[in-house]
Amino acid sequence: MGMTMSQKILAAHAGKSEVHAGELVMANLDLVLGNDITAPIAITEFEKFGAAQVFDPGKIALVPDHFTPNKDIKAATQCACMRSFAQLHHLRHYFEVGHDCGVEHALLPEKGLISGGDLVIGADSHTCTYGALGAFSTGIGSTDMACGMATGKTWFRVPEAIKVELTGRLPPYVSGKDLILHLIGMIGVDGARYMSLEFCGAGVAELTMDDRFTVANMAIEAGAKNGIFPCDQACCDYLRDHNAKPPTEYQPDPDAVYVRTIAICLSDLEPTVAFPHLPENAHPVGEAEGIEIDQAVIGSCTNGRLSDLEAAAEIMRGRKVPDSVRCIVIPATQRVWLEAMERGYLKIFAEAGCVVSAPTCGPCLGGHMGILAKGERAVATTNRNFVGRMGHVESEVYLASPAVAAASAITGHITDPRRL
Amino acid sequence: MNIQGKCWKYGDNVDTDVIIPARYLNTADAKELARHCMEDLDPAFAGKVQPGEIMVAGKNFGCGSSREHAPLAIKTCGITCVVAASFARIFYRNAINIGLPILECAEAAAAIDGGDELEIDLNAGTIEDKTRGTVFRAEPFPSFMQELIAAGGLAQYMRGQK
Repeated sequence: MGMTMSQKILAAHAGKSEVHAGELVMANLDLVLGNDITAPIAITEFEKFGAAQVFDPGKIALVPDHFTPNKDIKAATQCACMRSFAQLHHLRHYFEVGHDCGVEHALLPEKGLISGGDLVIGADSHTCTYGALGAFSTGIGSTDMACGMATGKTWFRVPEAIKVELTGRLPPYVSGKDLILHLIGMIGVDGARYMSLEFCGAGVAELTMDDRFTVANMAIEAGAKNGIFPCDQACCDYLRDHNAKPPTEYQPDPDAVYVRTIAICLSDLEPTVAFPHLPENAHPVGEAEGIEIDQAVIGSCTNGRLSDLEAAAEIMRGRKVPDSVRCIVIPATQRVWLEAMERGYLKIFAEAGCVVSAPTCGPCLGGHMGILAKGERAVATTNRNFVGRMGHVESEVYLASPAVAAASAITGHITDPRRL
Repeated sequence: MNIQGKCWKYGDNVDTDVIIPARYLNTADAKELARHCMEDLDPAFAGKVQPGEIMVAGKNFGCGSSREHAPLAIKTCGITCVVAASFARIFYRNAINIGLPILECAEAAAAIDGGDELEIDLNAGTIEDKTRGTVFRAEPFPSFMQELIAAGGLAQYMRGQK
């Protein structure tokens, strides 16, 4: 029976020639990831396992990114716990704030730590981002992370898959964010629960790598175990440019079994906005126009990369954010921050009346750096708009692309960037 | 293993942000997390829940973030089992790994009301609503997972296997 891309990667890491959906396999891991919220619990659990050492100090990445730069004493204590563990076990991929650090899912691909065909687990739900590189990567909890750090292995239930066949080309001002919000709107927040979302078709080549990162990043918002793109020329170029190891490329078998196939023509997509309080509440931006905002957030592991800042800067150049709006721009990594500075984007943002933050997950999860008060409303390029996600339980988040967020920041209400 | 208690009932897509809001994730202290359990969905819950009670919810329970703090908060505040129409996959794994019993049963999730007295047999996978006199059947966990839950979680179980 034919296998999907995801199934082939699991089979290869389980030492099997074939696996089938529903099978439980024990597989070898290429990378285990944790952050300042999830790693402290994993470290406590690791000690309970009684392991003296980690399985491989070169295959564990610890990234202090959620509540950093440390927002309070408790957050600082959690970061200190992670830092001590990294030192004790001589971990090669611990990233300190300000020292080439950043939001984990933007950072690790940039550092070349993941390649096509890899099997990655991370104690963060958006670990599925690396599917953009043709890897099988999925979010797990702290105990699984601990077990992964101790043994280099974990168990997986081989997932079924949904095939997403892409054709056409994204129109101007339409991005990967609009594609994934549109898809989640079609299938719902549990539409791909336990499954892989496998992207294929001629449209893949029309998506930039940054678009693919955004799409794979939000696979979890449809409940998916992972989202994955084939490792094509653009992907290989990206891996080479970021000094990743050469990829193992997997294509789905022609007779691979899919639960369903969804066809999306990229040319038909519009800027899309997800209304509170679920990412599945996707609407064309026209249906949101005029909704007043108090805050715009441009950043996160979903949309804090250089091309995201470029899209926002192009819209903001020479324009002003009104006094009624706080616009917070958060380059996702130190390198993105530097390049955005060199290209003049940060100056454009500052002159437009935005505040530019250090890299952090910050407001995306209601941590710090832009928390909403009761009754306040934000448009954000982040990934979740659950009740209370960015602050008060009676605040609201509208999810959108960097272009929509930037246009909305300029007008003070949700705005179609094509009409600005 | 038998569990008996009153039901707390919630709807679909209960996400881990409402189970334990991120503003409390600057600690991993289970007792402190438990004090804020369900706060953004049901502020009365953490103050009223009694040890041994049971949570019942709709589909996709525990969606969103991978934070293990969510099942940990639920377990620590005294809930002995979560029954849902379906679970988001990371929550499902996390609940098992920390030894919080969970059962998937759409029929039970639809029929049981908040406040009903329930009795659950984890070995058999039966959920009895004693208030209504109805019995539902869920797929019980295989024996090794029951042992893992009884041991208190994956770490304790693995250590016991050595």
